[in-house]
Amino acid sequence: MKVIIVGGGKVVYFLAKVFISKGYQPVIIDQDKDECLWLSQELKAVVLNGDGSRPVLLEEAGAREAIAVLAVTPRDQDNLVVCQLASKMFEVERTLALVNDPENQEVFHRLGVSVAFSTTHIMATLIEQQAGLEEVVNLLPVAQGKMTVTEVLLHQGLPSVGRSMQELDMPSGSLIGAIIRGDKVTVPRGPDRLQDGDRLLLISTPESYGPALRCLMGKEV
Amino acid sequence: MGICRQTTKRRQVNRVMAKSLFIVVVGCGRLGSLLANGLSGQGHSVVVIDRRAEAFDDLSAEFSGFKVVGDAVESETLRKARAADADCLIAAAEEDNVNLMVAQVAKDVFQVKWVIARVAEPARELAYRQLNIETVSPTSLAGDYVLRSLAQDK
Repeated sequence: MKVIIVGGGKVVYFLAKVFISKGYQPVIIDQDKDECLWLSQELKAVVLNGDGSRPVLLEEAGAREAIAVLAVTPRDQDNLVVCQLASKMFEVERTLALVNDPENQEVFHRLGVSVAFSTTHIMATLIEQQAGLEEVVNLLPVAQGKMTVTEVLLHQGLPSVGRSMQELDMPSGSLIGAIIRGDKVTVPRGPDRLQDGDRLLLISTPESYGPALRCLMGKEV
Repeated sequence: MGICRQTTKRRQVNRVMAKSLFIVVVGCGRLGSLLANGLSGQGHSVVVIDRRAEAFDDLSAEFSGFKVVGDAVESETLRKARAADADCLIAAAEEDNVNLMVAQVAKDVFQVKWVIARVAEPARELAYRQLNIETVSPTSLAGDYVLRSLAQDK
């Protein structure tokens, strides 16, 4: 299965590596000649030197057989055009673009890019939601940030410890999806009680994230 | 026949141009500054956008419009230029991809009715015609012109 990656730098190198390890055949299009040389030495992948937003290059990369095209250059305009050409001219089904200006995420969706992701947005959300909370260990935005999955560590003294699911009264838009206790993982039901040392998988919308954490930890967030 | 078609097109343009329009020109390079100067001279309200403030040095004394320094690929810049109120937006930056993106954002997000994008690469131009983006390619125009005049000389 062929995946075309347009861009440069370490991002492309590691992306290609991940794809190779999963059995895909990545084709890289990079504008920097020296980098192309390095990539082709390091990776078992086809590397093309040139502008990936030119139809000729995409064709040469085999866009017609590609199952996905990923555009991860630091320039939004290039990423958009790569994705649009791939889907319009070569009928690539899935196109993914990195957006640098977070505002463009919405714009790219409107203009037909299957997945537009903004590292700025992801990092800002991470920092915003995680800062100052040692109990929150992991945070994963899902569906372009419309949902977040968080791992929360419980310890003695938190208002939720010792209480059952029924008593907790979690705000709507939030859910405790799993309790991880030692090696055991359970999907909690009403009577299940939270204990010191539990790790919870909290699923919530961004709006109910704050109230849910308050409910579990009694802290202002 | 080619000349005949051109004059009708020009007549159409003249008719539309009769009333004063609000036009946003993206890019103040050779083409952008020429258009901005010309349109402003004809009495239209023009806002010209460029990433570099020095680019505005190419505007002539007849230019009486507004200048916005910024990257037109950011929606924020188009908002500053009041793109939502524009009758027409001309994407005339150096880079094809900037023009193609700005043209689509202007059309789909800012609902500008009349959008034209300058696209140097003919292959790319073809693809975007299918997306209902009005494009103009200096490369194709010059190429066609030379080919036609060579054919006539024969």
